[in-house]
Amino acid sequence: MSRAETIPATALRRPSPLWTLGLLRSELVTTIRRWRTLALLGVLAAVPVLVGIAVKIQTRGGAADHSGQGPAFITQITNNGLFLVFTALAATLPFFLPMAVGVVAGDAIAGEAGAGTLRYLLVAPAGRTRLLLTKYTTVMAFCVLATLVVAVSALIVGVLLFPLGDLTTISGTRISFAEGLGRALLIALVVAASLVGVAALGLFVSTLTGSGIAAMATTVGLLITVQILDQIPQLHALQPYFFPHYWLSFADLMRDPVYWDDLVKNLGLQALYAAVFGSAAWARFTTKDISA
Amino acid sequence: MDEPSAAGREAGDTGDAERCAPGQAETSVIVTRGLTKRYRGGQLAVDGLDLTVPAGSVFGFLGPNGSGKTTTIRMLMGLIEPTAGTAGVLGRPMPRAARAVLPQVGALIEGPALYGFLSGRDNLLRYDAADPTADPRTRRVRVAAALDRVGLTAAAGKKAKAYSLGMKQRLGLAAALLQPRRLLVLDEPTNGLDPQGMREIRTLIRELAADGTTVFLSSHLLDEIEQVCTHAAVMARGRLVTQGAVADLAAGARGRLVVTTPDPAEAARVLKEQGVGDVIADGDRISGEPPARDLAEVNAALVAAGVRVRGFTLVRASLEDAFVALTGEGFDVAG
Ligand SMILES: Nc1ncnc2c1ncn2[C@@H]1O[C@H](COP(=O)(O)OP(=O)(O)OP(=O)(O)O)[C@@H](O)[C@H]1O
Ligand SMILES: [Mg+2]
Repeated sequence: MSRAETIPATALRRPSPLWTLGLLRSELVTTIRRWRTLALLGVLAAVPVLVGIAVKIQTRGGAADHSGQGPAFITQITNNGLFLVFTALAATLPFFLPMAVGVVAGDAIAGEAGAGTLRYLLVAPAGRTRLLLTKYTTVMAFCVLATLVVAVSALIVGVLLFPLGDLTTISGTRISFAEGLGRALLIALVVAASLVGVAALGLFVSTLTGSGIAAMATTVGLLITVQILDQIPQLHALQPYFFPHYWLSFADLMRDPVYWDDLVKNLGLQALYAAVFGSAAWARFTTKDISA
Repeated sequence: MDEPSAAGREAGDTGDAERCAPGQAETSVIVTRGLTKRYRGGQLAVDGLDLTVPAGSVFGFLGPNGSGKTTTIRMLMGLIEPTAGTAGVLGRPMPRAARAVLPQVGALIEGPALYGFLSGRDNLLRYDAADPTADPRTRRVRVAAALDRVGLTAAAGKKAKAYSLGMKQRLGLAAALLQPRRLLVLDEPTNGLDPQGMREIRTLIRELAADGTTVFLSSHLLDEIEQVCTHAAVMARGRLVTQGAVADLAAGARGRLVVTTPDPAEAARVLKEQGVGDVIADGDRISGEPPARDLAEVNAALVAAGVRVRGFTLVRASLEDAFVALTGEGFDVAG
């Protein structure tokens, strides 16, 4: 059959290895452009604004009551706007940030399965491992983006509402504003890295169900549960293995010299969660029947 | 390693290699042997399917609701793992060779699925980006060509959630046509289309077939299959009932003898005497299965018995008759 000869033009296409990144680009753009992602980022950007305004109003009389509790560094904001960055990250890390990550990660595979688009990605063929890696990379990119949104929003509000200048560290030493800015960036990156564990957990949950909503709810539910268990003294022995346990260790970056112990434990724990739940997600997704 | 890799598959490997020998790949685009799928709930959806789709054919895949057509297609596309048996597509075993096979296959499976928040064009750009063998430099051109081919150019910028059922179906077809394909697998492609749309799809299928693309088409619309398909297979309750060239299938179902007469009672009696089976009287129209003997003698017998005959015809069997004969009259879906 002469027809057979006309076809290999298709087969002979020499795909460039770079073309494989097309899916990642598509995934990043699609995720960012979603109305839901923008809403989550909007909520995150609003938190520093609210904190900044609240602190400003409370201290306008000059008789601020600094004895009350609140997120770390909140009492320092009136002296230096840069502290709003640290305060905002400390305020959003326990719940808002991981919740946003849980929504994006939980929806990653399950949302596509629920909409039926997963089967078309797989026959394209996206490749199951490639698709999963793309999804995980995108969720991690979202972790960084979400953290930066909080940090940048806090920085802008801090600059607008409060004085700037040299900072006093937790240890009492003074560092320049430029160095403070550097530490703020470092803290933002550590906070983003703290979300890697919950991202892997969410992605694993996402491979278990065909409903995006169910996966998101389960991930956020797990987050809340673990956060509560982390507060129960009787579970003391288990708590070092809970992914949020060392989250607030990022404050140690504001010590002089930096106190690394808990920071390292946090990053190690996140890597462990990423490895365990990443493998579980891979094992599940690459053998799963896609019949939705 | 990218595809489902259950341990059980190893057993079939050597068999695959033989069956999917290069020589055979030229003549058969899809070959399944003993293909079986039992879903996790215990439902036996496909049972020992031996299907052979010749290269260059337009292959109709028929069967009542729930007979296992979509399940078969999912196995062919590597979406689900067979419980037993093997499936070869384009001469390579599935799902193991999915990466090599699927770029040459366009598929529409159980209706289209789209990102409602993306425009029609962006949907196609995304599906194309998912294929690592698709050249990004020609992506926009190919997407535009696919949109044009299904008549969606004017609606390409509209959000897919605002598409009508038929527009979604067309966009799903466009996704299957993003690249030149060797095989198109279309699960009920004309579902939801208007009459013009159906005709266009039929024309499209003929064009593609003329270009050498094998088209594997599942449908309930028998006249559609009869119009476009060269070959067909019929499923019932997960089993293959028959497969072959469409002309042979229709010929296999015997036609019916129809006699129109103002004397139906007498005519029915004579026809039965003459060996006509399954005689059904409907007003002045009597029909039955023609006997083996010469029909001229049947007619002569009617006349000799004083039956006034207005019409005496042998109605050719349609594919629908063949289908009903093979899958039964019952309307209820098998459990
Ligand atoms: N995901 C699933 N889980 C369990 N059983 C399923 C699943 N999908 C299909 N089935 C069952 O498998 C059988 C075959 O279904 P399938 O979808 O393959 O039929 P079909 O021939 O495509 O029918 P239709 O003409 O209605 O599209 C049915 O009995 C159905 O209930
Ligand atoms: Mg079906």
